[in-house]
Amino acid sequence: MAGLELKYAVPSAEEDFLGAGEASTSVKKKLRQIGYNPEAVRKVAIAMYEGEINMAIHAGGGEAEVEILPQSVTIKLIDHGPGIADVEKAMQEGWSTAPEEVRSLGFGAGMGLPNMKKYTDTMDIETEVGKGTTITMVVNAQ
Amino acid sequence: MNTFFHSVALEKEKCIGCTTCIKRCPTEAIRVRNGKAKIDSKRCIDCGECIRVCPKNAKRAHSTRLDALEHWKYKVAIPAPALFGQFNNLNDIDIVLNGLKKIGFDEVYEVSRGAEVVSDVTKTLFDQNKLKKPVISSACPAVVRLIRQRFPSLIDNVLPLKAPMEVTARMAKNEISARLGMPMEEIGVFFITPCPAKVTDFAAPIGSASSWVDGAISIAKIFPRLSEAMDKEVDINNLERIARSGMLGVNWATSGGESKASFEERYLAADGIENVINVLEQIEDERIQDIDFIELNACSGGCVGGVLCVENPYIAKTRIHRLHKYLPEKQNHYDNSMNSIINWTQELEYTPVMKLSEDINEAFTMMNEIEELRKKLPQIDCGSCGSPTCKAFAEDVVKGKVKETDCVFILRQKVKNAADALSQIGAYDESK
Ligand SMILES: Nc1ncnc2c1ncn2[C@@H]1O[C@H](COP(=O)(O)OP(=O)(O)OP(=O)(O)O)[C@@H](O)[C@H]1O
Ligand code: SF4
Ligand SMILES: [Mg+2]
Repeated sequence: MAGLELKYAVPSAEEDFLGAGEASTSVKKKLRQIGYNPEAVRKVAIAMYEGEINMAIHAGGGEAEVEILPQSVTIKLIDHGPGIADVEKAMQEGWSTAPEEVRSLGFGAGMGLPNMKKYTDTMDIETEVGKGTTITMVVNAQ
Repeated sequence: MNTFFHSVALEKEKCIGCTTCIKRCPTEAIRVRNGKAKIDSKRCIDCGECIRVCPKNAKRAHSTRLDALEHWKYKVAIPAPALFGQFNNLNDIDIVLNGLKKIGFDEVYEVSRGAEVVSDVTKTLFDQNKLKKPVISSACPAVVRLIRQRFPSLIDNVLPLKAPMEVTARMAKNEISARLGMPMEEIGVFFITPCPAKVTDFAAPIGSASSWVDGAISIAKIFPRLSEAMDKEVDINNLERIARSGMLGVNWATSGGESKASFEERYLAADGIENVINVLEQIEDERIQDIDFIELNACSGGCVGGVLCVENPYIAKTRIHRLHKYLPEKQNHYDNSMNSIINWTQELEYTPVMKLSEDINEAFTMMNEIEELRKKLPQIDCGSCGSPTCKAFAEDVVKGKVKETDCVFILRQKVKNAADALSQIGAYDESK
């Protein structure tokens, strides 16, 4: 069956600030080449970008695994960072633990996770404090 | 009209097959094949970047020749405001406009007039909440073409108004034909252009089925004759007053000028094609917020940076600013009767030129093959295969346009494998 699997290493923001966001840009280009529904491409780009930046800023980087199928795109973001202590709180709009220097760059509005939820059809968060976080998101093609 | 007409073209004899242009093309539209550059007309957006960088001047912009004027009974020049930035110590744009009359035009009608009208309409529509935010300017045709092929989700944000060149041509023809009782067909309107993108735009327009512009003459081509014809020492009081636009319209020549004419805040003006692409990616991913209007110019500095200009863009920009104190604020206003000449009559459509195949299953297969091949390539983007990057080369192989062994690294590996195999046969033979 038709499909495409992609893997990316996402650097930590401290090491490479500009590198965060490259994976979602690359996925966006590939989806366009495949001829994927533009609206779905946009959703994937927004949700994946937010997740990628969260890994880079809050978790010291991680990995992104993307599976593209004709009917859906699955994005799995895996990190071994601090984990999220209170997921319910983290999901609230405006809730953020971003430090001051990150806020001065325009991040830390606490909108990332809520937007990831908003732009995807399903989103699942597995997290353990001290161990890390894995977020799995699915965007349907139609 | 031919959607794939282009102003930018290659002069084959001059091309030495170097890799300068393939690397700089923002849409990866150029390849070197059999020692010569080749432009893919589906991907080219006529930004002129290749003309700018070609060390052999092998890239050209087709534009209208001056002798084309002869075919028209009544000849009207509509100069882009960037023209005013090309002359030293200019403090009255009428010196330029009178110069244009001396070299053969019956009348001159500044494009800054249409620009002022477009600014007026933009503001009105915006205040009436009729535009999708952030509004993206549609003035630079290279940018609109880029959006059309690469940013389908932003198509609805593009300002659905004709560019100042087109609006000015229509204003001029309507007014002149009414004033002189002359049929429209006898009036030839010639845009004095800073760039090939505008030449393409009149031959294959965006937002309407056909253009009212009859030709586009390059600034560089007209500059020597115009400069000579201009009377720079003239007593301003003896000059025919032709100019009927102000600072707001003339300012469209530089990046930020269009924004400032309609907005006081919450606007963003980016120039230079790389910056433009970066900003579009960010808008698409909703990374840019709290912005109402986005002005994008393919050329650094705005249209003063057009590849057909003769002066350095930053010098031209300073000159445009210097003109401010001699100009009224604005002289043209929008009224309802202009709607038919301003609004787009054709929607912008997504042209998915990056798409690998019409059949999505085949596209998946190709994408997998591209990824496989890419892993075998050295990722140094040397360009000697004639494709701009290793990734583009992998795409070209999978599309069947080139062979794997056109990559010197793969070829070397294959030769080495063959040599190893041969030497093993030799070793075997000796041991016998
Ligand atoms: N991968 C992660 N690892 C650890 N903590 C995380 C991770 N992702 C999010 N968080 C926590 O959840 C909070 C909310 O995340 P969210 O993306 O919604 O906002 P933000 O990143 O703080 O700000 P914004 O995304 O608007 O720039 C973060 O401040 C952080 O404490
Ligand atoms: S910025 Fe101006 S000069 Fe450059 S391509 Fe666009 S319209 Fe032409
Ligand atoms: Mg975030």
